[in-house]
Amino acid sequence: MPVEIPVEQWPGRVIEETIGANPAEGGTRSRVVKVGGENTLPFLFTDGEMPNLPRIAIEIADRRPTEWSPLLLEAWGDVVDDPAKWAKAAEEAGADLVLLQLSLTRDGGNPTTAADAKALTRAVLQATGLPILVFGPGQVDADNELLVAVAEEAAGERIVLGICEEKNYRTIVAAAMANGHLVNGRTAMDVNLAKQLNILIADMGLPLDRIIMDPTTASLGYGIEYGYSVMERLRLAALQGDKMTQFPMLVTPGFEAWRQKEAKVGEGVPASWGDWRQRAVLWEALTASDLILAGADIVVLRHPETVKRVRTFIERLMAK
Amino acid sequence: MALTGLQIYKLLPQTNCKECGFPTCLAFAMKLAAKQAELSACPYVSEEAKAQLDAAAAPPIRLVSVAGPGHRVEVGNETVIFRHEKTFYHPPGLFLRVKDSWPLEQVKGAAKEAMDYTVIYVGMNLHLDGVAVEAASGDPETFAAAVKAVQEVTDRPLILMASDPAALKAGLTAADGTRPLLYAATAENWQAVAEIAKSANVPVAVRADSLDDLADLTEKVKGAGIQDIVLDPGVRDPAGTLVTLTQLRRLALKKNFRPLGFPIITFPGEGASDVIEEAQLAAEHIAKYAGFIVLDRFAPEMAYALLAWRVNIYTNPQEPIKVQPGIYEINSPTADAPVMITTNFSITYFSVANEVDGSGLPGWLLVADAEGMSVLTAWAAGKFDAEKIAKTVKTTGIEEKITHRKLIIPGAVAVLMGEVEEELPGWQILVGPREAVDLPGYLKLWKSF
Repeated sequence: MPVEIPVEQWPGRVIEETIGANPAEGGTRSRVVKVGGENTLPFLFTDGEMPNLPRIAIEIADRRPTEWSPLLLEAWGDVVDDPAKWAKAAEEAGADLVLLQLSLTRDGGNPTTAADAKALTRAVLQATGLPILVFGPGQVDADNELLVAVAEEAAGERIVLGICEEKNYRTIVAAAMANGHLVNGRTAMDVNLAKQLNILIADMGLPLDRIIMDPTTASLGYGIEYGYSVMERLRLAALQGDKMTQFPMLVTPGFEAWRQKEAKVGEGVPASWGDWRQRAVLWEALTASDLILAGADIVVLRHPETVKRVRTFIERLMAK
Repeated sequence: MALTGLQIYKLLPQTNCKECGFPTCLAFAMKLAAKQAELSACPYVSEEAKAQLDAAAAPPIRLVSVAGPGHRVEVGNETVIFRHEKTFYHPPGLFLRVKDSWPLEQVKGAAKEAMDYTVIYVGMNLHLDGVAVEAASGDPETFAAAVKAVQEVTDRPLILMASDPAALKAGLTAADGTRPLLYAATAENWQAVAEIAKSANVPVAVRADSLDDLADLTEKVKGAGIQDIVLDPGVRDPAGTLVTLTQLRRLALKKNFRPLGFPIITFPGEGASDVIEEAQLAAEHIAKYAGFIVLDRFAPEMAYALLAWRVNIYTNPQEPIKVQPGIYEINSPTADAPVMITTNFSITYFSVANEVDGSGLPGWLLVADAEGMSVLTAWAAGKFDAEKIAKTVKTTGIEEKITHRKLIIPGAVAVLMGEVEEELPGWQILVGPREAVDLPGYLKLWKSF
């Protein structure tokens, strides 16, 4: 019996964006990375195309992240004391992108200054040829001060500045516009909030192919279904032709999974949770894999083993 | 797919005899469409119309059940492609496969380990659903022995896997009194398998490697009198599975294509090389449209992650899981024990309560009615502000249970400290950790604050 396969062709398409600039384009990156461009729900190649596979960013901290799980510190070893070495190790671990996460304070408790942020950004740019993302500590005032400095230091490199929120988007977007960067616009898990921030950013005149949206996510077991459904709804809106949702999506499953006890700690947990090492990687890998199925274009990860796992999963999903 | 009132009207006698209790056939048809009337109220409806209306009333994906003596699994009857459109209703059954070519002790051991496994997640006891026994030996008696052995260690449902009808029959006899799924009818053996399934009144899986062949086969099996069918479209890799299972869901829901309107069985282990990869594939199948998932590997951490993911995806998005607002006493608190406040989103509540419980230290946990939102979400939505916190403190009666006046608020809403102090004169407001996992350490130091 011939079965007529239902095909869904959509009027909309996610904008294809380029992160990183090579010397010909005014930067120094040895590799640039394209994200987005799909006109189908994830991996449904009978409906449409997905020219770029979802990309993996590895998050590195700007100093030894003592609050991170011992498993992560063990996996990376001594490089966690030196962001430049860490960036290089991330590249070797298979990252497409390196995300430098700035802290509020330096070792010893002094606030991170604009000069610190510049030096850190420079060191990471020199250590890796991959495109980079630089995220501020997540406090509006500090982010404004540090990210403007970062944007200037990395002028022409086409980096991604984050986090750009409703409270500070003007400053961050202006810095991105002046220096040729992209912004990562983050909103609480909500379709309308995401769209509204995209409109505000676009209204300032930043070219649309320099906006990434970050709808915030949650870990497996800790509310992931909210993020998952918000992403599915945003992507459906984009495919249906809503221009202000047609941006690649970035999410941070590494951060979310590793702050949960399932990944973070090995003691004082029920025996039914099983082997800690495998559970930790599983928690991060499943969180990331599930979000990729919901439409993530960039996943930010922490553990090198997870990177391999998620990479293989993506490549297998891309096999036509 | 449900018919409209007008479509139903065309199938009625159109005599307006009023014997159904409605003034016209059209009015009756409208009530039928709204499921507020029964077709049996019409004495004159033809048998042909009845059959058509019955068929149209059937769900687009048939509900199929399997059962052991102590546990039943129902899958199918889904109505949406995306959970946000309404909700997913019947979580896929998670089964572990054992093979009759293994020594019996190994069969029993593997089945027992997986079936005894249980994990508590947000107050729920979660476990796997059953065992798939595969006739790898080629010998019906060996298969029957393996089926018996598995039943000694579990009362959950079985999937009997064999291509040889004789083996299926032997397995079915060994599993007498239960309702297993037979796997599988194929182009080669479907007549014999359908006959066995029909005489035992059990569901049967059909396997073919293209949707065209699969639809042919389900029609044949249906023609042999089987209604309860499960589909195996033969895909094993993550890409093909995602595409094919999505197409099957669309065919059922959007095209009301009856030949493929059945739950789907998947085998993630056949496309994976180890526990983590199998978990990734199984997680895809949970989110994207499997009805039965047969695992080839078991590890507690894998089971926990998949069971949690299944709960997450099958949570009704319209109804956040909430706990009752009020006072929760943890580790028998006395009048000098610390008082903490959080929201009534169940994941938030259990994260906090489990940490306090695990610390061994006594505490009073106040749960505010934040409409089932987590701390930060509720705060952003104005459902967990200083006023709500103060109201919770005052209305729960915590003041009569304690001698001190110190309240710990979540670190994520540290900004509320000043406002809460204003709302609660006489209280000292302490800012707790941002993450529940840091509570035990915090509570150890509490006396010094």
